[in-house]
Amino acid sequence: MPPLLEVRGLTKSFPGVLANDHIDLEIEEGEIHGLLGENGAGKSVLMSTIYSLYRPDEGRIFLRGREVHMVSPASAIRCGVGMVHQHLTVVPHLRVWENIVLGEEPRRGVFLARREAFRRIEALCRETGLQLDLHAWTGELPIGLQQRVEILKMLYRGASLLIFDEPTTVLTPQEVDQLIAYLLRLKEGGKTIIFISHKLREVFALCDRVTVLRRGRKVGTIVIADASEEKLAEMMVGRKVFSPKRGEEKPKETVVLAVEHVSTLPERGKALHGLNFVVHNGEIVGVAGVEGNGQTELAEVLVGLRKVRQGKISLRGEDITFASPKERIKKGLAHIPEDRHRRGTVLDFTVTENLLLGFEDEPPIRRGRWTIDLPLLRRFALSRVGEFEIATPGVDVPVRILSGGNQQKVVLARELSRPVSLLVACQPTRGLDVAATEYVHRKLLDLRKEGKGVILISADLDEIRALSDRVLVLYEGRIIGELAPQSDEYQFGLLMGGKSLVAQG
Amino acid sequence: MSLRDSWRKCLSFPFLSEIVAILIAFLLGSLVLLFTGYPPGQALRALFRGAFGSRNAFGQTLTQATPILFTALSFLVSFRAGIFNIGVEGQFLMGALVAALAGTSIKVLPFPVHLLCALLAGGGGGALWALFPAWLKARFGAHEVITTMMMSYIASYFTSYLVNYPCKAPGWVAQTHPVERSALLPKILPPTQLSFTFVVALAFAFFVFYFLFRTYLGFQIRAVGLNPEAASNRGIPIASHQILAFLLSGFVAGIGGAGEVLGVHGKFVDGFSPGYGWDGIAVSLVGRLHPFGCVFASLLFGLLRAGGMTMTRVTKVPLDLSLIIQALVIVFIAAPRFIRLVFLRRKE
Repeated sequence: MPPLLEVRGLTKSFPGVLANDHIDLEIEEGEIHGLLGENGAGKSVLMSTIYSLYRPDEGRIFLRGREVHMVSPASAIRCGVGMVHQHLTVVPHLRVWENIVLGEEPRRGVFLARREAFRRIEALCRETGLQLDLHAWTGELPIGLQQRVEILKMLYRGASLLIFDEPTTVLTPQEVDQLIAYLLRLKEGGKTIIFISHKLREVFALCDRVTVLRRGRKVGTIVIADASEEKLAEMMVGRKVFSPKRGEEKPKETVVLAVEHVSTLPERGKALHGLNFVVHNGEIVGVAGVEGNGQTELAEVLVGLRKVRQGKISLRGEDITFASPKERIKKGLAHIPEDRHRRGTVLDFTVTENLLLGFEDEPPIRRGRWTIDLPLLRRFALSRVGEFEIATPGVDVPVRILSGGNQQKVVLARELSRPVSLLVACQPTRGLDVAATEYVHRKLLDLRKEGKGVILISADLDEIRALSDRVLVLYEGRIIGELAPQSDEYQFGLLMGGKSLVAQG
Repeated sequence: MSLRDSWRKCLSFPFLSEIVAILIAFLLGSLVLLFTGYPPGQALRALFRGAFGSRNAFGQTLTQATPILFTALSFLVSFRAGIFNIGVEGQFLMGALVAALAGTSIKVLPFPVHLLCALLAGGGGGALWALFPAWLKARFGAHEVITTMMMSYIASYFTSYLVNYPCKAPGWVAQTHPVERSALLPKILPPTQLSFTFVVALAFAFFVFYFLFRTYLGFQIRAVGLNPEAASNRGIPIASHQILAFLLSGFVAGIGGAGEVLGVHGKFVDGFSPGYGWDGIAVSLVGRLHPFGCVFASLLFGLLRAGGMTMTRVTKVPLDLSLIIQALVIVFIAAPRFIRLVFLRRKE
């Protein structure tokens, strides 16, 4: 029997980039097939080409042994191929059922056959076990449920091959588990699934076979039973990858940061309520929580971008509650902002200028009263680029053209240019690939080893648990509990969901 | 090297897009002439002869370029800080008026001192006119596009009122008394109007360049303009830097107005500005928002103005031809840039 989907020699290039280089792929009917690779490896391009968002330069696509020429997503959908994008495409101001039938509404004359629509959706829900309140406003649902709407949308259109493009990046651990359960159930129901990810754990929980891409080429396809995490990571990166390991040394007794009863007002975001914690020298304190529970606000309070209403913050014993961002920077507070495009870098500035940001008005870079010492600045930039292994065509190109990993390295290089006593790292590896993530983790652990304090705010629980000495869980602007990193995931999940009673012990 | 690569290399020639756009603008301008029954060859010849056919013509071109260079630099300074100072015209006029008042009313100072005072007074007048919208923005978040434009009209009617009534010199023309000789910028190339104002403008182009690209304050201002969030994250205060850039912008515009009064006309004549401030915005964009680019762009616009006037005199082709070419240059170069800068950046 021919495979459900067969791709032969698929090639797709963009100006200056060969995104897919003669890729062969076979997807068997009824399997869950993982597609792994670093950022820029060509996963999304490959899937978008199959889904006909792009037209291939070369190569052929067969469905059930018959060659197909799909010209648009509409024709892909007619062929039974559906795709759930990383960024959801539901209409927030429509009700759930309206979103599901949108574009494929059952009609009676010129009217919408409401009852017919409901009958069909409800049948679908029963079949697949996806439960949803069909009358809810879609935009008011949590992301996990909105994603469910998206899945139902595809099933409603009769898709038998479902493509998921990094579906778990926006979900909480609980939601990820639920999604995995649904996907397995869909597979039992005879659907075929392609699952794009770079999180190995999910791939192991879900997939039957995995295909790994690297720099636009296929590295290989293996059966998951024959694979190990190390092996897959190595296939993705092209060399051995070291998973982050905390050193043996214990955090010191000295307190580098003390936050005492800090509260803020809820302007432009969540209010924080009575935060109370310390960070010791040589310690990484993780801050876990579902996004939007005050993580951004906590970081802003620490670096001085948000006013404190009550309480006290001190850095190495010095009160910095009302210090300006600049004063805090000078006192050794470094910050990796969560959004490196909006806050971390000036995209249209060159690498040099981005490295300079925050040092421009201090000697020795400032020479005399006003002027910037350009030769010195250039030497400074070149040495930073070398030391932090920033891959860039030069120091005078805009940061915009660098990859996400290298942009983050620019941020790191700048923030660590000054003696640091505390680093506030917010989502430091978001959107980075395995190699860049490894680099950032290594830097954080280096800081810990050097006896600096680190606050690691991240939505990636695996990252937090691997790196942190202690983990605080934020919920609705409060620290709802503290856990040891080795506590089991279920406890984390409960705390992150706001159920403090069970896990408080 | 493949054909594609060599083509791409050719396209990366600096300022190619500008040059092509200007050529197309001239071509379309000629077509318009053809359709309206004027001989384009003759008209263009007259235009170029009027722009640099002789020493005097060239002097005229530089004279016309001078105020536009000032206003372009003024817009540029504010823009680099993320401020759309659309009201350069108003600051230019106020600078001109204050300089004229300082030039006529102060009688005791000797030559260079009086001149310097009058120039600085003009700059101060422009800066003061920018201060109010800057304050409105900082205090209430009033958008400067609206406020500066309204301030511009106020300036226009206010100066007009002053020279028509309280400050009017005797005679038929609505103008102030002539400025004292001790406050005049000397002419460079008599009998043309070209004066040292042009040199001052070039000096300001260099000053703006040095300020923005060589000093730490300029660096901070550019950071604020490109990404205020990242700038404040690194400890750069946004509001105060934007106000500073606003004032500097008004100052440069005011000096430009003062230069016209003290260098070219010797007094404030009602309606002497055909909209230099508005032109400056377009010139600034054509000059890629870089001070040196603005020098070349203002020369182009000066050429069109000076040449256009001669052309009208010699050939009966209306001045509108140079206006059409100017407009086309703006449509081809400045407008797309403006749209990209204003709208696409917001979307990111």
